[in-house]
Formats: sequence, C-alpha cells, structure tokens
Amino acid sequence: MSAIFPKWTNKLPLMIIIGGTLTAGAVTAGVWYYFTPKYFRVGYQPIQPVAFSHATHAGQLGMDCRYCHSTVEKSWFSNIPSSSTCMNCHNQVLKDDPRLALVRESAATGKPIPWVQIHRVPDFVYFNHSVHVNRGISCVECHGRVDQMEEVYHAKSLSMSFCLDCHNDPASKVRPADKITDLGWTPSEDPNEAAKRQEAFGKKYVHDFRIESMNNCSACHR
Amino acid sequence: MRYFIITLGILILGVVLIAGRRGDLSRNRPMQIFPDMKRQAKLRPQTANGFFPNGFSSQLPPEGTIAQEQPLTVGGRAVYSFEDAPVNTGRQTGSTNFIALNPFPITGGFLARGEREFNIYCAPCHGRTGEGTGITKKIGAMAVVANLHDKRIVEFTDGEIFHVISQGKGVMQGYASQIAVPDRWAITGYLRALQLSRLGSVDDLAPELRAKLQ
Ligand code: HEC
Ligand code: HEC
Ligand code: HEC
Ligand code: HEC
Ligand code: HEC
Ligand code: HEC
Repeated sequence: MSAIFPKWTNKLPLMIIIGGTLTAGAVTAGVWYYFTPKYFRVGYQPIQPVAFSHATHAGQLGMDCRYCHSTVEKSWFSNIPSSSTCMNCHNQVLKDDPRLALVRESAATGKPIPWVQIHRVPDFVYFNHSVHVNRGISCVECHGRVDQMEEVYHAKSLSMSFCLDCHNDPASKVRPADKITDLGWTPSEDPNEAAKRQEAFGKKYVHDFRIESMNNCSACHR
Repeated sequence: MRYFIITLGILILGVVLIAGRRGDLSRNRPMQIFPDMKRQAKLRPQTANGFFPNGFSSQLPPEGTIAQEQPLTVGGRAVYSFEDAPVNTGRQTGSTNFIALNPFPITGGFLARGEREFNIYCAPCHGRTGEGTGITKKIGAMAVVANLHDKRIVEFTDGEIFHVISQGKGVMQGYASQIAVPDRWAITGYLRALQLSRLGSVDDLAPELRAKLQ
C-alpha cells in the first residue's frame, strides 16, 4: 500500500503552509511597499523643455521663491513664471546662450513655454497655497529642498494621509512668517534644542493665530 | 521545496530590480490604475486647453474690461484700478507730471511691507542696500545695474520711482504684473528710507540722542 502516497507527502502540509506564508508575505510586502504614492509619485522628474535649475537660481543666487512664484501668497494657485519674468535678467545674463533660445522665442512671440506639470492633486481635492503659506507652512514641507534640485522632482507623496499627518499636528511644522521661503531654516543647529524651540514656538503660534486642525472631509473635498 | 524557494527568490529579486525603491527618480508620469474622478473636464489655470482657438485655459479679458474688485482707499476716497488716478499711474490726473509724495500714509507697517517686497523683487539686482551690487552683479552676470543712491535717483519724486517699478526703464523691465499697487508704493516708501539712511547726519538726531552718541 505504501506506493500510493510516497514518503515525502508526509511533509506536504508543512510545505504548503510554509510556501503559502512566504508567497502571501511577499505579495503583502510588495503591495505595501509599491502600491502607494510614496512609490509611484515620489521621484517623478519629467524632462523640462528648458534646463532651468532651481539650484542655480534659488540656491546659489539666493532668489526668493516669490520673485517667480509671485501668486503663491495671494491665491490658491501657485503660478509658473511667464517668460518675461526670466527676461528681466536674461536680457542681459546669458543673452545669446542656446539653452535659453526657447525662453527668448516665447518672450518675443507670447507662445508659452510648455513646462511639464509635476505636482497635481486629483480634481476632487481642494488645495490652497495661500492658506498654508500665510499660516507659517513652508514650501519645504510639501515640495522638499527645491533650492537644491537641479531639476524639480516630486519629493513628497501628497497623499491624503500626508496632508492629514500635518493637519493633525500643525504645531510641529509651523515656522515664523519670514522663514517660509528659507527652505533650509531650522529653529536651531542642535537637534535637541531645535525640537524644544519648535515645541514652544508651535504651541504659541497655533494658539495666537487660532490654527485649527482641519480634519473634516469637507475642508478638502468641497 | 528548494525549487519553490529559489523561484520565489528570483521573482522577488526581479520585481525589486525592475521596480526599484521608493523615491527613485523617474522620467515616467506616475501610473494611475483606477482613474476614478481624478481628472475631470474642468479648466485649471496655466494648462493647455483645446476649447479656445489659442489653446490656453486662462484667457485674457477682452479690451476695456473692468475688473470686479475691492477699490483701494486713498485719502478717504475709493479708487478703482481703471481710473487715471495718481495712485495707479504715479502721475497727476490728466497730466504727465509725476506726483511728489507717496499717496499712502507712511507707517511702520507700511515700511516693513516695503522692505519685504524690496528684498524679494529688487534685491536680486540692486542688492539689499540698493547700491546696485545684488548677486547678479557680484558674479558678473549683469553689466549695468543702477545704484539707487545715485544723486539723480535720490532726486526722483515718489511718483517717478513708482513709475519705474511699474513700467521699467531702459534694460529694467516693469513689475506691474507681479507686484500689487499698494506694495509698489510700499517699496517706494522703503526705498526712500534706504536713501535717507545714507544721507542722514548727526544733526538730524534729537538733541538728547545726539548727546548720547558723542
Ligand atoms: C527664477 C525663477 C524661479 C524661482 C526663483 C523659483 N522657481 Fe520654482 N519654478 C520656476 C519654473 C520656471 C518652474 C517650471 C519648470 C520646472 O519645473 O523646473 C518652476 C517649478 C517649480 C515647482 C514644480 C511645479 C510643478 O510643476 O509641480 C516647484 C514645486 C517650485 N518651482 C518651487 C519653488 C520653490 C520652493 C522656490 C524657492 C526656493 C522656487 N520654486 C523658486 C521658476 C522659479
Ligand atoms: C535674478 C535674475 C534671473 C532671473 C529672473 C532668471 N535667471 Fe536664469 N540665470 C541667472 C544667472 C545669474 C545665471 C547664471 C549665469 C552663469 O552661469 O553665468 C542663470 C542661468 C540660467 C540658465 C543656465 C543654466 C544654469 O543653471 O547655469 C538657464 C537655462 C536659465 N538661467 C533659465 C532661466 C529661466 C527659464 C528663467 C525664468 C523662469 C530664469 N532663468 C530667470 C539669473 C536669472
Ligand atoms: C501644504 C503643502 C504645500 C505647501 C506648503 C506649498 N505647496 Fe506648492 N503645491 C502643493 C500641491 C498639493 C500642489 C499641486 C496643486 C494642484 O494640483 O493644483 C502644488 C503645486 C505647486 C506648483 C505647481 C503649480 C502648477 O499648477 O504647475 C508650484 C510652482 C508650487 N506648488 C510652488 C510652491 C511654493 C513656491 C511654495 C512656498 C511658498 C509652495 N508651493 C508651498 C502643496 C504645497
Ligand atoms: C505641513 C503642514 C500641512 C500640510 C502638509 C498640509 N496642510 Fe493644509 N493646512 C495646514 C494649516 C496650518 C492650515 C491652516 C489652518 C487654519 O487656518 O486654521 C491648513 C489649511 C488647509 C485648508 C483650508 C481649510 C479652510 O477651509 O480653512 C485646506 C483646504 C487644506 N489645508 C488642504 C490641504 C491638502 C489638500 C493638503 C495635502 C496636499 C494639505 N492641506 C497639507 C497645514 C498643512
Ligand atoms: C487635508 C485634506 C483632506 C481631508 C481633510 C480629507 N481628504 Fe480625502 N483626500 C485628500 C487628498 C489630497 C486625496 C488624494 C490622494 C491621492 O491622490 O493620493 C484624497 C482622496 C480621497 C479619496 C479617494 C481615494 C482614491 O484614491 O480614490 C477618498 C474616497 C477620500 N479622500 C475620502 C475622504 C473622507 C471620507 C474624508 C473625511 C474623513 C476625507 N477624505 C478628508 C485630502 C483630504
Ligand atoms: C532684473 C534685475 C533688476 C531688478 C529685479 C530690479 N531692477 Fe531696477 N534696474 C535694473 C537695471 C539693469 C537698471 C538700469 C536701467 C538702465 O539704466 O537702463 C535699473 C534701474 C532702476 C532705477 C533707475 C531708473 C533710471 O531712471 O535710471 C530705479 C529707480 C530702479 N531700478 C528701481 C528698482 C526697484 C524699486 C526694483 C524692485 C521692484 C527694481 N529696480 C528691480 C535692474 C533691475
């Protein structure tokens, strides 16, 4: 009788359990790791029509973000500068450089430069720049160290949980109004001291400016 | 069992090699598996849109359109942006003469606003002190930048400075589209303060402060 089930089949249940667990574990880990905006959005860096570098302009030249993104404090929408803004300087700087040919052409004809949009929330989400920027939230919280990027990439996931993490605890992120566009700013060089100061400042700021945690769905889905 | 584990291992390795890690840079647009209602047929600013012949989503208003707006209050009177008023043009109404003085009252808050805006919009070229030694000049990228402490510019009226900010002059282009009217006047006020800081003398101080200094 022993020929019907060979000896190794005794181990079969164990093998199935181990194999099943391994496969399920791998699939779960894969879904957890990959099926999230932290994977498929972060790092998106399209090729832009002009090799414009924030590291040169905002980093080395120290230009304020608002020189170009001038509506960021006034409206929900942060503008991409028109090519005439570039020509403020580039009518003198690198006047005949081939890298800027498209900018010159655009400024002369009024045909916009086809910049590729990187950050974009779904159309059913209401987002507003001015409420954040005027309430002590720096660009760096949502866009990363743009002033060090040669080419802009999507640095944060901008998923719903990303928004809510901060809305649950704005005190840990707010900073003085004049440091909003100073992306490298910290309350102190020393991490322990910085955490202490941030806590004290955040508490006071949230209280003084009556910052509410907007967690009701209609704040963002209106 | 051994083969199973090896196959699984190769599969995992393959997925990791192809898919990479979180945060890896990629030129590809993020994939969207379930479109839901993420992209709706509505206009967003600064995007291409085929509905209009010129392909823009944001259209310029037709010639002569009057914006719906809150008027500015200057000297107790409401002034709209389409009016030929000194606050909008820097010139006396109906003439090309520049007005002498800032139409807004000069307060601490007004000057602080002006300082902020000056440091954003003017400092890259003229420098934070207005000497024309901003970063673009320092690295030698820009040849001519005016020194705002020049006697000629100090002698400008407030209206003329406002006009330069709005319309530009020579190689400097205007900032009317980026800076709102009250902010342009605030910059004018702050620029006057900067210029004064170079022209002041000990005699301008109140007697008790002067005594303290000496
Ligand atoms: C000299 C003008 C200039 C300055 C100064 C500047 N930017 Fe930009 N910014 C641009 C242009 C042009 C683009 C579009 C091209 C690109 O994405 O690189 C852009 C794109 C961006 C984007 C990506 C937009 C998208 O498509 O999602 C972000 C985010 C951004 N800027 C943030 C900043 C921040 C933060 C600062 C200040 C540290 C800053 N910028 C300073 C000109 C500027
Ligand atoms: C405040 C003046 C200023 C403005 C405004 C400005 N630039 Fe520049 N740009 C510079 C300077 C200075 C350099 C460096 C020149 C050099 O390397 O000698 C530069 C360099 C560049 C370069 C060469 C690549 C590099 O990184 O060195 C490109 C391309 C460029 N700018 C594009 C733009 C575009 C597009 C805009 C408009 C969104 C713009 N610039 C607005 C001052 C400016
Ligand atoms: C609270 C998070 C947050 C902060 C703070 C923030 N942004 Fe954004 N930004 C976003 C989101 C979300 C989008 C996508 C908006 C959309 O889809 O309309 C975006 C889009 C942009 C764009 C691209 C607009 C377009 O349509 O191409 C620019 C440029 C930009 N931000 C610049 C800035 C600058 C400069 C600052 C700081 C002064 C800043 N942002 C601060 C979240 C933020
Ligand atoms: C780093 C912190 C931070 C992040 C990240 C953040 N927010 Fe906010 N948000 C705030 C603060 C602070 C306020 C101001 C609350 C107040 O004024 O009481 C605010 C206010 C808002 C408001 C205005 C609510 C109202 O009606 O007054 C909206 C809408 C909003 N956030 C949407 C978003 C969305 C969408 C995201 C994600 C893309 C996001 N926020 C990410 C801090 C943040
Ligand atoms: C702080 C702003 C904010 C608040 C508050 C908020 N959401 Fe969201 N929600 C978002 C953003 C941003 C997204 C888009 C996420 C993405 O694209 O990854 C989103 C996406 C969603 C989606 C679509 C998910 C998908 O991928 O299809 C649903 C459903 C949703 N939210 C429901 C809710 C509900 C229910 C509440 C109230 C409990 C709520 N949201 C509160 C910002 C918010
Ligand atoms: C992109 C660089 C740049 C920026 C930014 C800039 N300027 Fe200028 N400005 C110049 C240059 C270059 C000249 C010299 C123009 C000429 O003589 O052709 C000048 C000239 C001037 C003059 C003298 C005009 C005359 O009649 O000679 C004034 C006043 C002035 N700027 C004020 C400002 C103020 C105020 C701001 C901020 C809103 C500002 N500028 C921003 C480049 C700049």
